[in-house]
Amino acid sequence: MSKLPLEGIRVLEMTVVWAGPYCTSFLADMGAEVIRVESLATFAPLTRGVRAHPTETQLQNQPLFMGGYPDRQPGDRPWNRFPIFNVHARNKRSMTLDLSQPVAMKIFKDLVKVSDIFVENNVVARMDELKIDYQMLKELKKDIIMLRMPAYGTTGPYRDFRAFGVHLEGVIGHTLLRGYTDMDASGTTPVYMADAAGGSHGAFAVLAALHHRRRTGKGQYIELGQAEDAMPMMGQFFMDYTMNERNSSTTGNRHPTAIQGCYQCQGKDRWVCITIRDDQEWWSFSQVLGDPEWASDSRFAHSLGRWEHHDEIDSHISLWTLQMDNFEVMKVLQEAGIASGPVMNQQDSYDDPHLTERGMFQEAAQEDTGTHLYPRAPYTMSQTPLDILRGPVRLGEDNEYVYKSVLGYSDSDYDKLEAQGHISMDYPEYME
Amino acid sequence: MAGGALSHIKVLDFTTHVAGPYCTKLLADYGADVIKVERPGVGDSARAMGPFPGDIPHPEKSGLFLHLNTNKRSITLDLKSSAGKKIAIGLSMDADLIVENFRPGVMGRLGLGLEALQALNPKLVMTSISNFGQSGPYRDYKSSDLLVYGMGGEMNSTGLDDREPIKLGANIVLYQAGSVAAVGSAGALFLSQDDGTGQLVDVSIMETQVGSIDRRMSALIAYQYTGENSVRAPLGASGYPIGVYPCKDGYLEVTGGLIYFPRVVQMLGDPPELLHPRWYQPESQTDPELKGEFEAHFLSWTLQHGKREAWRIAQESGVLSGPLNTMEDLSNDNHFNARGAFAQVDHPATGSLKYPGRPFVMSESPWDVRRPAPLLGQHNQEILEELGYGSSDVARLRTQGVI
Repeated sequence: MSKLPLEGIRVLEMTVVWAGPYCTSFLADMGAEVIRVESLATFAPLTRGVRAHPTETQLQNQPLFMGGYPDRQPGDRPWNRFPIFNVHARNKRSMTLDLSQPVAMKIFKDLVKVSDIFVENNVVARMDELKIDYQMLKELKKDIIMLRMPAYGTTGPYRDFRAFGVHLEGVIGHTLLRGYTDMDASGTTPVYMADAAGGSHGAFAVLAALHHRRRTGKGQYIELGQAEDAMPMMGQFFMDYTMNERNSSTTGNRHPTAIQGCYQCQGKDRWVCITIRDDQEWWSFSQVLGDPEWASDSRFAHSLGRWEHHDEIDSHISLWTLQMDNFEVMKVLQEAGIASGPVMNQQDSYDDPHLTERGMFQEAAQEDTGTHLYPRAPYTMSQTPLDILRGPVRLGEDNEYVYKSVLGYSDSDYDKLEAQGHISMDYPEYME
Repeated sequence: MAGGALSHIKVLDFTTHVAGPYCTKLLADYGADVIKVERPGVGDSARAMGPFPGDIPHPEKSGLFLHLNTNKRSITLDLKSSAGKKIAIGLSMDADLIVENFRPGVMGRLGLGLEALQALNPKLVMTSISNFGQSGPYRDYKSSDLLVYGMGGEMNSTGLDDREPIKLGANIVLYQAGSVAAVGSAGALFLSQDDGTGQLVDVSIMETQVGSIDRRMSALIAYQYTGENSVRAPLGASGYPIGVYPCKDGYLEVTGGLIYFPRVVQMLGDPPELLHPRWYQPESQTDPELKGEFEAHFLSWTLQHGKREAWRIAQESGVLSGPLNTMEDLSNDNHFNARGAFAQVDHPATGSLKYPGRPFVMSESPWDVRRPAPLLGQHNQEILEELGYGSSDVARLRTQGVI
């Protein structure tokens, strides 16, 4: 076995919520030493919780991905139990400091001197306030790579605008391209593809800069405005406007040429997706259904005719799927060469034989949540397996390692900083 | 002009459609030399997909293809012929990375499997992108962007409680898979360039959704923590104002509930009726009557404002928000145009058009369109000559239908 690709690379991150931490999780999985620099003086909402000290009732009322702490209980250290945090915090380290005290910047600067990469995705004003920019980092470490991921970049009229991924998607036009065709846009529910895009593009950016640094010896500044960053993913829609001045709208679950939909199955909230592409697949589909009379309707003989009568075909398909188990539909249709698969809930994913065989979930332990199965990196490498070697990092878990081993501070310095409130595994009680 | 970050990397690209070409577009746009291998006569299937200017299909005018294949060179090769195979093997000897998205097993059957090629080029990295990965019971299943989102991603909680689950915009999940493949490729190359380790990067599009930060991973671990599955909620189930609100000329997306509620009240000009303590109790945000009362107030405000005006006012109070733009809005947006977020690309078949631009800006090794998407087989001669074929060989290969 070879060493991991990024062994020996040290990453500092001051990241919040999803896009930034997702970026560094790719780097951590590939063996970089990723150190979260976490301030005890501020609690960034939605990073280690909506609040530092949520009540049980608040957790009960939040959607699962936010409120789903172990048993929906805040526990003694709620900030180590937040599902939004714990999925990207594998393989990382955490150190704390109190950024409201001036001495904290000295600690931070000492860290920069021994690091390769700095990643942040705060509102622009936050870094201004801390006086952290590329020039400052470069003076401390000549070949540093800095990745900033603010919503709209550090220049231009929107530089200080606040956004989550869901707002960026509105701005870049994605929201109007999804949702139900028979409802107006107020019927769209939030998705966060811009966070996913920012995370993977951000990791790619850092890797590209590392390649460049190895070749030239130079570090650099990378600016990833999260809205711009996801625009290439609007490719065909943007090009349609460019070419034809056309503004597309949602097509729901439909495909431009195939028969495609998400159909209800037997059981409570069970669904299956089906895509029937051509005449051959249509013929196979009708065979699976037992060659019903409706399917041989001459209007359905060719793809254009089928597409024109999509609603009618959908109602026939639904009558069939309603009597079927959604995994069974997948099985019989895939055997006949037709694309079909269930809409999986979380239990389905964990029970899925395919994901299990491919080792998509790995056990990881953490003191404040116990041992659970976490999704691993979203791809595999044959010679350098990307395993979860450390569970989701607890606040300040690596203070001793970072202050003493990485920074080389003495025991007495460490004790002094602890007394000054920089070193802790707890947010202050007064923090909501 | 500084070179691109990956200008030392040579990529042999056997991909089609969206996910694979997006991966190699990222590599090419940041400097890599990407040779795109296409089927003689037809080429990449994306060439047949729209949009087309004036909606008239033409293999050199697909907006999707043109966008996804900037900075690549095209060679046509019949991989089933022995001469074509020989050329592919020749090109792979010189490559640092192969990216392919055939059905699992096809590369091996063509004699282009990683093991065979590594005998000649041990440091070769191969990134294989497929619907479900190179192993496992679903390996050979068919897929679509709807299917893979339903099976892998957080589709089960996307949409409304009394409706069917609903997918993202067309091809979004495929772009996401392509970007993950670019991460894996760049990481594997960072190692192979250092110590010569070649390896396989196996990208299952389904797994790029299972491992997506867009709610799925969090919902999965929350299931582990609670035993609950996520659900599609009724509109506005998690506080107010949260969601999409109609304006005078469109829509505004607002996240102003829970801890952000006071900012919204400020944005509305601190109306006395919203300053009453009953709005600020721990359970106020989950009280349906209060929600109804608030929304009536809020809607009368949004409907008096245009979406961009409402956005600006909301931002003055720090309210997380954004208008729902059309592609026209986006293309004309001052902020993005001023920042250079779009690219003007000249192409022989379509002329000069405005494309989506760089995802991110690199100060020392910038994103750059060095060449537009290639015509089918445009670089046959050039690439074969680099490989040592003479012009008579090229003519012969052309007659034989190999290229």
